[in-house]
Amino acid sequence: MLEFMQQLINGLSLGAIYALIALGYTMVYGIIKLINFAHGEIMMVGAYVGFFSISVFGSHIIVAMLFAMIACAILGVIIEKIAYRPLRGATRIAALITAIGVSLFLQYTTVFFLSPQQRIFPQTAFQTKDYLIAGLSISNKDVFIFVSALILMAILQFIIRKTRTGKAMRAVSLDRDAAVLMGISVDRTISITFAIGSSLAAAAGIMVGIYYSTINPLMGILPGLKAFVAAVLGGIGIVPGAMVGGFLIGILETLVSGYGNSLYRDAVVFGVLILILLVKPTGIFGKNTGEKV
Amino acid sequence: MKKILKNKLSQFIINVIILAAIFTIVQYMLNVGILNRFYEITLTSMCINIILAVSLNLINGFTGQLSLGHAGFMAIGAYVSVVITNYFELPLIIGLIGGCLGAAIAGFIIGVPTLRLKGDYLAIATLGFGEIIRVLLQNIDYVGGPAGISGIAKQTNWAWLFGSVILTVIIIQNIINSSYGRAIISVREDEIAAEVMGVNTTNYKVLAFVIGALFAGLAGGLYGHYFYIIKPETFNFLKSFDILVMVVLGGLGSTTGAIIAAIFITVLTAALQAFPAVRMIIYALILILVMIYRPQGLMGNKELTIRSFGKIWGEKR
Repeated sequence: MLEFMQQLINGLSLGAIYALIALGYTMVYGIIKLINFAHGEIMMVGAYVGFFSISVFGSHIIVAMLFAMIACAILGVIIEKIAYRPLRGATRIAALITAIGVSLFLQYTTVFFLSPQQRIFPQTAFQTKDYLIAGLSISNKDVFIFVSALILMAILQFIIRKTRTGKAMRAVSLDRDAAVLMGISVDRTISITFAIGSSLAAAAGIMVGIYYSTINPLMGILPGLKAFVAAVLGGIGIVPGAMVGGFLIGILETLVSGYGNSLYRDAVVFGVLILILLVKPTGIFGKNTGEKV
Repeated sequence: MKKILKNKLSQFIINVIILAAIFTIVQYMLNVGILNRFYEITLTSMCINIILAVSLNLINGFTGQLSLGHAGFMAIGAYVSVVITNYFELPLIIGLIGGCLGAAIAGFIIGVPTLRLKGDYLAIATLGFGEIIRVLLQNIDYVGGPAGISGIAKQTNWAWLFGSVILTVIIIQNIINSSYGRAIISVREDEIAAEVMGVNTTNYKVLAFVIGALFAGLAGGLYGHYFYIIKPETFNFLKSFDILVMVVLGGLGSTTGAIIAAIFITVLTAALQAFPAVRMIIYALILILVMIYRPQGLMGNKELTIRSFGKIWGEKR
């Protein structure tokens, strides 16, 4: 039982990271029905921005995180303007292929300029300490990741539920044409969605850096895909669903590597995806909507 | 000249003559040594890529179902055929057939449940399946786990490659031009309308998926018997993206487009061998720019035939 609790605690911090990334996927999908394949790469860029702001400027981890979030918010908006906006009327497959292209572009421009080697995330920024509480070993990095993720999610919920911008975002995702008629600037709302989603990914990138203590240009692929699975699991387009899905996937992954074979953990996550797509494609929180001709 | 070109029989004869000429010239150049080892490897990759691109084009281009797991089927083809020839010491032809069947069966098992999904969901599900195949191969000790199988006898030669390419193109072209093909294309154009007209869309989607997987298996078998070694890492989703780039560039729904793009991408890859990052950046830009400025690809759904050459020639006169 104690070991199970321990795995659960390990899973929570990983789950928090997945949940943050999944939020970006789900928000973008909710508003323009696009799987933003490049989302994992935005997380990677965030990790690199954090890495350099710590190692070059010696900034505090919180400052580094804010800095990465701002940088990635700008990056996200630029990507949307250049690559996705011209395709807004195109087929969804065309948009998806473009997203794959953006993802490859970010990966390999990073490889080109910063070398494919992995870098050690600066330990000076975050001294890890393990605490023993009631027989469970809890690291301060787990606490840090979990708490800051919760804070970010609370801020996001506040923005979506209580502000005018959030209302506009909800309106556009519900019915874009009606939103336009109500005087909402759709382009601006989509840009803001990308900015918020990307900044959450950047925060997740820093957390991945702390969690695994190494970063590399291809680090965004797998967490990105798993976070996508989390978004689908919770019901893509539904914000609370992404949070729940993220935690579930994170805990599942640590349980598989803790009790089973860690080599299978990626396969298990994809297995979950296929299962959920076959059984309930709309996800845990999704509502069934019939197809209209 | 125009009259001769219009005649179907004479067109067929012209095709055969041209293909025979290409085959003989390349074989001669390989024998004499004008084409050295580097060119031979490029040529082999070219043929394998053509098979992959043409078969993926059947799924992505003609049926309109975005699959991102083609490398997984290639992996199954490669592993099954190598196990047959290396472990059981049976001839190459049986290995290749076994590889094709293995990939086709995998395509069927994966296709039946996933093809109920649409668009981007399908893309992710196939990507997931491709990765699952890779992870499973990594964990099967019988086929060497992550290290894969090495020391495979090199049996793939120009005759096998050329024959396989021709076979793939002919079979897929014939499917597309048959009533099956029209049904398949109707699924891409408008699935609901096709269903209303009595086309069993799921059947045709699975059919296209299985045939595409079958030829990916063939490509995998040829690959395994040329490069001495196969390992799961070779067949990751970046390989699937490679094939996707060819199909997108050539035109979703144009076999000749897929062939031209496969040749172009292979040459580009060979030329940029020393700069892998640059190559991937170019791939990425191809995907983005083609989608923004020419979403139908270079060829769209048009085919390049002898007749179209004849047309150009006729117009010039």
